[in-house]
Amino acid sequence: MCLGIPGQIIEVKEGGQFGVASILGVKREVNLSCVYTPDQPEAAVIGSWALIHVGFAMSLIDEDEAQRTLEILKEIGELQEEMDAIAQSGSRA
Amino acid sequence: MKYVDEFRDPALARKVLKKLHEVVADIPRAKERPLQIMEVCGGHTHSIFRYGLEGLLPKGIEMVHGPGCPVCVLPMGRVDDCITIAEQPDVIFTTFGDAMRVPGSKKSLQQASAEGCDVRMVYSPMDALAIARENPHKRVVFFGLGFETTMPSTALTVMQAKREGLNNFYLFCNHITIIPTMKAILDEPGMSIDGFLGPGHVSMVIGKQPYNFIASHYNRPLVVAGFEPLDILQSLLMVVEQLRDGRAEVENQYARIVPEQGNLHAMAAVNEVFEVREHFEWRGLGSIAESGVKIRQGFEQFDAERAFSVATLQVEDPKSCQCGEVLKGALKPWDCTAFGEDCTPETPVGALMVSTEGACSAYYSYGKIDVHQAG
Ligand code: SF4
Repeated sequence: MCLGIPGQIIEVKEGGQFGVASILGVKREVNLSCVYTPDQPEAAVIGSWALIHVGFAMSLIDEDEAQRTLEILKEIGELQEEMDAIAQSGSRA
Repeated sequence: MKYVDEFRDPALARKVLKKLHEVVADIPRAKERPLQIMEVCGGHTHSIFRYGLEGLLPKGIEMVHGPGCPVCVLPMGRVDDCITIAEQPDVIFTTFGDAMRVPGSKKSLQQASAEGCDVRMVYSPMDALAIARENPHKRVVFFGLGFETTMPSTALTVMQAKREGLNNFYLFCNHITIIPTMKAILDEPGMSIDGFLGPGHVSMVIGKQPYNFIASHYNRPLVVAGFEPLDILQSLLMVVEQLRDGRAEVENQYARIVPEQGNLHAMAAVNEVFEVREHFEWRGLGSIAESGVKIRQGFEQFDAERAFSVATLQVEDPKSCQCGEVLKGALKPWDCTAFGEDCTPETPVGALMVSTEGACSAYYSYGKIDVHQAG
């Protein structure tokens, strides 16, 4: 819950607040409102990687960082926990 | 150095470790007693254990595992309140999975669920909102938990509930804030911590500036750190370099995630929905002034504390439980009489045994060798 999980933003819904991220291939609705900045138009986040905390994209990251973070989460055993939590809630996307 | 080969960049890790040993050797007082460095965040605790980092550090550094695991510091009284709410008719109680096993004074949420309460694990507060939409005749309560990392998500969810005009969604707010807690630790009599690793993801939200008082007023270095083993080693190096040079500054090792000013949008949402509580009760640490938040006026219709007249009874931790001393860094987990006997991850007595980010659970799962060395 505190470490978050990297996902790739694959869709931005109308209005920009919500979108869909692919987290290890699992599609999940995410709230995107925290990743926008004035010079970051909404459509531009599509394809970006983000650190996702409890369904909220909190910070854009590069792909390399995303892969490394996934690796760490796997090694400390939190990846499975996080993926289970996502699966349990259903991937409403 | 059996673990270093597992690291992403073993050569660099060796270099940083070598430097770390050199710098600590240059600090005369580290020979009298080890420099105590507290990692505030439970994520760091977990990483330190998983990678056996303590075994690689110079003798002159002692890690103190801080209170930064929100599940671990949840007091029994609040768990009891959750169960009181969950037992009301027509209630669906939603929670992160992490909180299911935390012991209350009589039972955990998991036990309440087994006894027939409608307790559902969710991944996100948005899922709780969806359950509320789908069940208009039920009252859906979300158990909001965590430091500033998860606070914006709950705030944005409450704002969304208001926009949609939902009248069956409630937040049981147990969010806590890191800064007053660090201040409380720094004000403990006999506090002997020399420096801090700052929490990475809390800082991603609040930025670097709120820690400045730790350097300016308490004269302690703090380095905001990432979670990879190499991040942690580099951050430790930055802390001991400051100690060697007699500096106390707030530095940011995790700049690739943590912007200097934090996440302004997230903080704006937090400030719109929440206000500081005068006091909040922590397991093991007692009541800490201004260490929690509650729902502000304007959003009070979503406040579970009002809707369910929660009593918030103070419940003493079990006698054998020494979580508080461990959280303050005064005792090591294996010094607690319950450790490994009555208290194990399967049958936790104290909260530090519940979450994989709790110091006791981490020692129990990874640290047995260290226990024998230390004992
Ligand atoms: S062993 Fe159990 S009771 Fe003792 S400090 Fe750790 S979690 Fe608390």
